[in-house]
Amino acid sequence: MTAAKGKQLLPQGPDWTFEHLQAYDDEIKRIAKHYRLDTYTNQIEVITAEQMMDAYSSVGMPIGYNHWSFGKKFIQTEQTYKRGQMGLAYEIVINSDPCIAYLMEENTLPMQALVIAHACYGHNSFFKNNYLFKAWTDASSIIDYFLFAKNYIAKCEETYGISEVEDLLDSCHALMNYGVDRYQRPQAISLSEEIQRQKERKEYLQSQVNELWRTIPNHHPTPQNDSERFPSEPQENLLYFIEKNAPLLEPWQREIVRIVRKISQYFYPQKQTQVMNEGWATFWHYTIMQHLFDDGKVSDSFMLEILHNHTNVVAQPAYNSPYYSGINPYALGFAMFTDIRRICEQPTEEDKYWFPDIAGSNWLDTLHFAMENFKDESFIGQFLSPKLMRDFKFFSVLDDDSQKHLTISAIHNETGYRHIRERLSQQYNLSNIEPNIQVYSVDLKGDRSLVLQYVPHQHTPLHKNKSEVLKHLHRLWGFNVRLDELNSAGKVASSTCVPIASAS
Amino acid sequence: MSHFIDRRLNGKNKSAVNRQRFMRRHTKQIKQAVSGAVSNRSIQDLQSSESISIPTKDLTEPVFQQGQGGVHDRVHPGNDNFIAGDKISRPQQGEGQGSGDGQASDSGEGEDNFIFQISNDEYLDLIFEDLALPNLEQKQQAKLTQTKTYRAGYTSDGVASNINLVRSLQNSLLRRTALAASKKRRLKEVEQALADENLAQDRRQALQLELENLKSRIKKVPFIDTFDLKFNNFVQKPVPNSQAVMFCIMDVSGSMDQATKEIAKRFFLLLYLFLTRSYKEIDVVFIRHHTQATEVDEQTFFYSQETGGTIVSSAIKLMDQIIQDRYPSNQWNIYAAQASDGDNWAEDSPICSKILDENVLSLIRYFTYIEITHRPHQTLWREYEQLAQKHEHFALQNIRNVADIYPVFRELFKKEVA
Repeated sequence: MTAAKGKQLLPQGPDWTFEHLQAYDDEIKRIAKHYRLDTYTNQIEVITAEQMMDAYSSVGMPIGYNHWSFGKKFIQTEQTYKRGQMGLAYEIVINSDPCIAYLMEENTLPMQALVIAHACYGHNSFFKNNYLFKAWTDASSIIDYFLFAKNYIAKCEETYGISEVEDLLDSCHALMNYGVDRYQRPQAISLSEEIQRQKERKEYLQSQVNELWRTIPNHHPTPQNDSERFPSEPQENLLYFIEKNAPLLEPWQREIVRIVRKISQYFYPQKQTQVMNEGWATFWHYTIMQHLFDDGKVSDSFMLEILHNHTNVVAQPAYNSPYYSGINPYALGFAMFTDIRRICEQPTEEDKYWFPDIAGSNWLDTLHFAMENFKDESFIGQFLSPKLMRDFKFFSVLDDDSQKHLTISAIHNETGYRHIRERLSQQYNLSNIEPNIQVYSVDLKGDRSLVLQYVPHQHTPLHKNKSEVLKHLHRLWGFNVRLDELNSAGKVASSTCVPIASAS
Repeated sequence: MSHFIDRRLNGKNKSAVNRQRFMRRHTKQIKQAVSGAVSNRSIQDLQSSESISIPTKDLTEPVFQQGQGGVHDRVHPGNDNFIAGDKISRPQQGEGQGSGDGQASDSGEGEDNFIFQISNDEYLDLIFEDLALPNLEQKQQAKLTQTKTYRAGYTSDGVASNINLVRSLQNSLLRRTALAASKKRRLKEVEQALADENLAQDRRQALQLELENLKSRIKKVPFIDTFDLKFNNFVQKPVPNSQAVMFCIMDVSGSMDQATKEIAKRFFLLLYLFLTRSYKEIDVVFIRHHTQATEVDEQTFFYSQETGGTIVSSAIKLMDQIIQDRYPSNQWNIYAAQASDGDNWAEDSPICSKILDENVLSLIRYFTYIEITHRPHQTLWREYEQLAQKHEHFALQNIRNVADIYPVFRELFKKEVA
């Protein structure tokens, strides 16, 4: 960095113009390149607070179909914002190519710079390079897909009525978390292919379903095998199962089930990488801003505002603070990436013992490796260091409902490190958080009833709204639905049915 | 390369459709909340925007979740005094430690309400949904007496103040050109001929004469003629009456207590708001009566105490008088609402009925009578009942308590299905 050129301050704000933003973007881009951040092209959109509320309520879809629940979300956001109970986010970023980032117009220039570094280079590079996003989402076609979904659903509303479509979407939303494939990779296709395929699919699907539910007697009786179940293996993707097998759905209804399923799948990696994604973006906005400062591009006052906001973002209240609401993913993620860099650059004896393979290695290589190949669960399991556990003063509490007391199972000491690391890692394991419910069987030859099984994790019962969810499932399936809760021995402990009358 | 896009000018109401969907889905609850609000909240701010509160349980979007119980081993930050193996008593529900399920209000028991604002317009829309002013259409045609002046081009006669200068002078120029053009052309020829040196003397004289002649004739074309004048034209077009007057008649005799008056006031207010939706300007005339009727201002009408007997006809007469004096029925849409506890001097009731029947009802759009009482009806009600059978635009209803107001109002103004 030549001193003469380097000492040239960038515009310092607080008010910004598009020329200022461009200047900062150029500088940030230069630094990001220096740190090998590989990003999609950025599309940075400046929006107002009202538009930000719109963006909030459409839960991260820049083009969303219409549904009352988004309206509810909007009203909630508007209420809390207007009462001052909540500030709006400085930015929202969409996993798409080009990567769309919304900046709020109210932000000061230092904040806009921070946000550009955070969203347009931090999140953006995460979206492009993390293995989950690479495997499960197709950034280049997602906007087209949203558009397709919106138009398709609008067309259905025209043809079949708003209420009909709304009911169907309600039911699909209730099962949205059960609309993801965890082990198969969907192929990426373009919008025109999607439309073409949708037409073919419509005919093909219907013919398949009809085959399954054929009632014309078979003249060549095959040896009956009553022990054979359908499906032969339990199915965890309930929406997929319904899309392919529900006997009474019309083709357009199957397509809508599919849309909800696809969107759920699109958001699935984000749910699994909250700590990493935010930590990565926070680490980079911090590092890039420091770099700008070291280059003499920004002033002290500029930096103070940046640091003030950064400190707020990564604050972690203690368990007994009135502000405590779980572990702040920004705080944990930022601390972990910073800690990995520390382990690489200045490893202690302890680090060399715990992380022999990364202690003393090139920090940038290691950081990229960590970002690219892990999700929250495995990232914490792999990289949470004893030092961080001490810094956060982590302790774990065992809550067994058969015991009268809670027990402190481990604290941040030599005997507790492994336990805490393992527990914290499991806390981010979606399969522990979301109840494990699978399609177990369908009575093909009888009343066509559908049986689901819930396998409790650590004896945790299902929330009592399960019968409400079952009503939605019933609406999609069209025949009786039963949910069996298994006990630890694998036997049915209790089951919930939806009475026909109550399900409409 | 990054692209910057300024989206601030794009519409901000991207969520409007979804908000409407939400309202549509919860119409039933919202309507309930609105009718509750009509009878519950203070009257003065009935016209401001309204907070609607819907039970959260009607709004939940259920998903499969883990419930309470089971074995959990959770990590928390900020250990200050624990060592492994410590036993602590279970914290009360809702304390920070059980952070697993932070959505207590979603569990159904917490009857938390989802509260949001609807705009004044939405509020009034909901209050008056499906309601209509009765008999409006047939009458509107017959009584189109108000007119409005519109410009309608130009005309060739009118008063001096309406002269259109531009048009008039255009005409003048046109006429002068038309009348003088041939002469001017000839004038030019003559002048050219005169300029010739070799012209014969007699010929020259003749041309000279013609020249003079032409000049004087050109001069005689008048600069402006009555024929040129154009006037701005105005026509009168009939317009529907946009002004209404509402008569509030209330019994303030000793038998009417403050609570009854409050009910009456709410009813009047609803009617007033309803009328504001159809008419631009509304006059309100307050007539209160015991044995005598007086026209008073709003404050006196609702809050001053009076005692004495009751003669309803006095008020009806006064109303008739006021209509004659100030509100000719061909210019005003007249509505009247009468509230009373039903007490009347028995011999007066037929008189009321008679005045209404013969004089008043033919002049007004709609007359509503509400009787606020728990007791059996008396003579006035019975007289009015007969009247109601004779006249379509006379209606009567009984209100027992505050909660009845809104339903009764809806009953009175419900849209008639043709």
